[in-house]
Order: sequence, then C-alpha cells, then structure tokens
Amino acid sequence: MKVLLLLPLLFVRLILQSMRLALTQIWANKVRSILTTLGIIIGVASVTAVIAALSGLKAKIMSDIETFGTNRIFIWPRWPETGPKKHASWRVIRFMPEQFEGLLDHCPSVACFSKVSGDSDTVRYGERAIEGVRVNAIESAWHRIESRPVTIGRPFSFVDESQGRMVCLIDPGLRDKLHMNKDPVGDFITVGSYTYRVVGVVELQPSFSFIQTGQRGESYEVFVPFKTLYNRDESWFQVMAASKSPEVSDEAKAELTFFLRQRRNLKPGEPDTFQVLTIESEVRTFNQIATRFTLVAGGIVGISLLVGGIGIMNIMLVSVSERTREIGLRKAVGARNSAILTQFLVEAVVLCCMGGLFGLLLGQGLTGIIASIPKVNLDKAYIPAWAVAMSFGFSAMVGIFFGMFPAIKAARLDPIEALRHE
Amino acid sequence: MTEPNIVIRLHEVRRIYKVGAERIHALDGVDLEIRANEYVAVMGHSGSGKSTLMNLLGCLDRATEGRYELDGHDATKMSGGALARIRNEKIGFVFQSFELLPRFNALKNVELPLIYSRKAVWSRRELARKALERVGLGERIKHRPNQLSGGEKQRIAIARALINNPSILLADEPTGNLDTKTSEEILGLFDRLHAEGQTIIMVTHEADVARHAKRIIRMRDGRIISDLPVHLDPATGATAGGGHSS
Repeated sequence: MKVLLLLPLLFVRLILQSMRLALTQIWANKVRSILTTLGIIIGVASVTAVIAALSGLKAKIMSDIETFGTNRIFIWPRWPETGPKKHASWRVIRFMPEQFEGLLDHCPSVACFSKVSGDSDTVRYGERAIEGVRVNAIESAWHRIESRPVTIGRPFSFVDESQGRMVCLIDPGLRDKLHMNKDPVGDFITVGSYTYRVVGVVELQPSFSFIQTGQRGESYEVFVPFKTLYNRDESWFQVMAASKSPEVSDEAKAELTFFLRQRRNLKPGEPDTFQVLTIESEVRTFNQIATRFTLVAGGIVGISLLVGGIGIMNIMLVSVSERTREIGLRKAVGARNSAILTQFLVEAVVLCCMGGLFGLLLGQGLTGIIASIPKVNLDKAYIPAWAVAMSFGFSAMVGIFFGMFPAIKAARLDPIEALRHE
Repeated sequence: MTEPNIVIRLHEVRRIYKVGAERIHALDGVDLEIRANEYVAVMGHSGSGKSTLMNLLGCLDRATEGRYELDGHDATKMSGGALARIRNEKIGFVFQSFELLPRFNALKNVELPLIYSRKAVWSRRELARKALERVGLGERIKHRPNQLSGGEKQRIAIARALINNPSILLADEPTGNLDTKTSEEILGLFDRLHAEGQTIIMVTHEADVARHAKRIIRMRDGRIISDLPVHLDPATGATAGGGHSS
C-alpha cells in the first residue's frame, strides 16, 4: 500500500530530475539545440500565424455581421426549381402586399418587418442634380431592422404609409452634396419626375470591411414610403424582417415559411415560390467553413512540424552516441533502463516544447506584422488560446514520437559495452 | 549455511560468449568466497577473465551457469531492475579513467548515484559532502573535473562509489592513469578505507599495486590459478619481501 502511494511520487521526481538534466544538456549545447529546434520553431510559427490570420479574418467578418444584425431575415420571391410554377409568369411569383397582412400575429418569433423595393434615379434640389441616387421604398420598421434611426425630423407616419404620401427621408451625405440646410425638413427635392417633401434625415450607412452592400464608392440614398412607390407600378418587392433574437432565427424562418405558403395558397408537396434567408444560418455556415479552412491550413503547415521532428530525432541519436560512456556510467551506478529512457525522452520533449515556445513567440511577432499591414483588413488577427495549447501539445507529441527511438536505443545499451566505448 | 561475514560467494560460475559458432569460456568454472573487510587484488593478463569476473561481481553482467550470491542474495536470477538496484546500493565502482561527467561539478558527480536511489533529495548534498571529506576532498567541491588533477578526479570517483555505503568497492585498474606519486596517494586512501572496514576488490596487473591488498587472486584462461595471502604470493611476496604486508 505504501509502495502504491509512493510510486507516483517517485515518477514525478524522476520526471523533474530528467527535466533538470535535459535543461542542463540543452544549455550545454546552445547553438546545436537552437539549430535543431529551428524546424519546430518555424513550423509552430507558421501554423500559429496562419491560424491567427484566419481567426482575424473571421473576427472581422463576424463583427461586420454583428453590425449588420445577426437577427436579420430576408424574404424574396423566387421561381421554384421543380413543379408547375417553374415557368410561371412573374405576376404569379411576385409578392402582393396583402400576403403579408397579419404576419406579426402569426409569426411570434418575428419582431418586425418591412416591405422594401429599390430603384435609382436623379435627385434635384434647386440648381443641383445628382445622378444614380438609390431610391429605397421602405416602411417605418426598416429603421429598426437596419439600425439606422432618423436623426433629424421624423420617420414616416402611419398616414404617410397608408396614403402613400409624397414625403421622403434622405441621408446626410446627400443633404450635404445638395448643399441643403443642416436641418432640411420641409424642403422639397425632385426624384426623377416626382417632387417630395423632406421629413427627416436617416443615419449614414455603416461601413463594412467585407460585406458588399450593393453600391460602390460614394453613393447617396433617398427613402420614400413603400406604398408611394408601389402604387405607381405594383412592381416586384422583397421583405426584410428581424427575429426577436438570433437564437429564434430558425423558428422565425419556419413560421414565415408556413405563413407565406398558406397566404400564397401553396398545396402540400408543392415547392416554395419564395426564399427565406436568415443571417444567423449564414453565420453558422460561414463559421463551419472558416473552422474547416483553419484546420486544413493548420494541418498543411503542421507537416513542417514533422520535418522538424526528424531533425530532433537526428540530433538525439547523435546525443545518445556522444554520451554512450555517460549512459554506461549511469547504468553502473544504478540507473534502470526506464530511467535512461525517461531522461532522453524528456530531453527530446523539452527540446520540442522549447521550440514550440519560441515558435509561438515568433508566431506572435508575425501576427503583429500581419495585423499592421494596412488595407488587408487583418488588424484583428490574434492567436486563439486553443492554437497555443495545440502548438504545445503537438510539439510535445513530436518530441515523444521522434524522441522514442533514440531513447530506446540509449536504454538498451549494454553498460559494459557502453563503458568501453571510445 | 552462509556464514554471516561472507559477502561474495561464487559457485561453479561460467560465462560463455557465443561468437558466431564458437563458444568462448571467459569464465570457466570459478569458485570464490570473499568475506567482509577483505582487500583482494585480482591479477592476470588480458584475456584471463579478470574483467569478466569484475563485471559479474559488479552485477553488470550475468553468469551463464553457476550461482552468484551477494550479501546472501542470489544475483543469478535477478531482473534487470533488481540488478540496477543492487549496483546502486551494494556496489561502488572505481574506473581507470574516472568516468566523471564533465558538465557537473565534484559535488554533483558524487551525488549521481543518489539520483537513482530512493533517498530524499534534501539529504543528498550532505551525504555527498561527507563522502568527499572521507576521501580528503573537503574544499574543491564546486570545481568541474577539467579543473582538477588526476588524483583529485579519482578521489571524486571514489567518493561517488562510497556514497551509498556499498558492501563492496570494485576498482578496475584504479591507478592505471595516474603517475607513481598520485598512485601511492590513491592506494594509501584504499588502505585507509580498508582499515575503516571497507571490503575492496581491485583488478590490476601491476605487482606494486597488488601488494597493497591482503589477498591475491591470479587468473588465466577463465580459471583461478592461485589464491593466496599477499606474503605467500610468488610475485608480490618474493620481490617485496612482505614489507608492505601490514
């Protein structure tokens, strides 16, 4: 019983002693140790730098999506890929405003929605005219979904929307470009051939690093009530919605699909004539792809660790051969084979882990360099904790794997032969 | 049957090497008893089997046939681990070329066997210091081997051999790499250790060295050809006239 309690203690002591010996040995052969571990250092540095870059990319995109709103849902009409409606007229496929009446009562996971459509036209104010301004037809819920509140003036009222009044909101960029007052409320602008009264200013669109929002460069926006535009041509429109939280996105999608199938009189078995897309599910897909990509990239670069491991094995074999007499002596004074094995194995593992440590430091340096390169949008590059743990784990495994053969060789040496070795 | 003061007992011990199809009898039926506090010199030409005998006595090697008892334990059938423990606790080796680890200082070199024993870490330093004092090296304990003279190196090696209070001290040509004056110093140390009660077995081919022992065993072709007290041995006894026999 006492022996059973003692054994783990003795083992720990053996490991600690071996670590001390290993450090002495490594210190005694500084240059050689550094050159030997170079493979591991470079391997770990490149693995961590690649992972850091990918993590940075992911973090950046996720923060874009965060700004964009992870509870956002898009719904648009779409021709089914099968069934009789595959070649139906656009009049059959398009959404009708009445199909969305009572949506919030039937879809409890949906917080709000807005019918949207868009166009681009020339905007005039006094002498000035700007071409290619985006004209967005929206409903008041749009501000909440897009997180772009009205900063000056007021949003569209119930009357504006239900009567389709000739009012509009503009963005601050357009206001300044047209040289309007800081507070343009009450002024009139002409969009195409129609004149609108400005009722408010909408907050500027946030800028994203990666998400393309459909327009390039400088672009201005004017917003009109949905019905104002729809009354004119009853054209194609889409719907934007927000779920009550990102967690209920899937429920919201299911509710919306069920609701719309009913309203659009789709029979059971008939394919959907619309598409519901939740940002949350896109985020999940993106995350999966990013994780897989990181693992594959890490794995490929990890091969260099194996190459480093071969260097370790080589130098450990040299070390065993150099220290043959020492091994013989240690055995003569009572070292068991297992003690010799542990000593050389621990030395290989310590060597590899030190390589891993220096590799991590170098990787951290590389990450800093990557993050500081302008215009590549990787300023969020960082080495995640799991990559640090993985680097050490992998280094230790390489040490055990490639250190095993030299260590066994050392442990099996015959002490008499070893002491006779020149 | 075993008398309490018998440390080593060999009975019909053979050590046979197979080289190709040939069988070489390095030891060919050796019977030997050594008591506590004996001082024995083993002499013989190279190939006589004296090194094989030393390896066997030091538990670095196993007999092919026969029986070897050390301190009443049968070492013939012990496992590798058990032999390692015997070497650690009951045997102290002294080699011709000292075999000190160059990167360790004197104290660390002396402590080496304790690393493989179960003695507590904190007692090591003290034990090593005592062993060094016993061989007359109280001060230069922080020096590395390359900063020390041959005699000092051998003293450190002897201290290392003594640190676990071994049953036998096995010395293989301990003065082979030393000049005459230093050799005499080391042999003087052996004499003193013997006087303190240490059992010593020494391999040598020099009669002047062997003369320090109290019993001379001569070997040839794997057999003991003579086993006499030092003053009766033809070579040492006749030339020295028993002058060193006290």
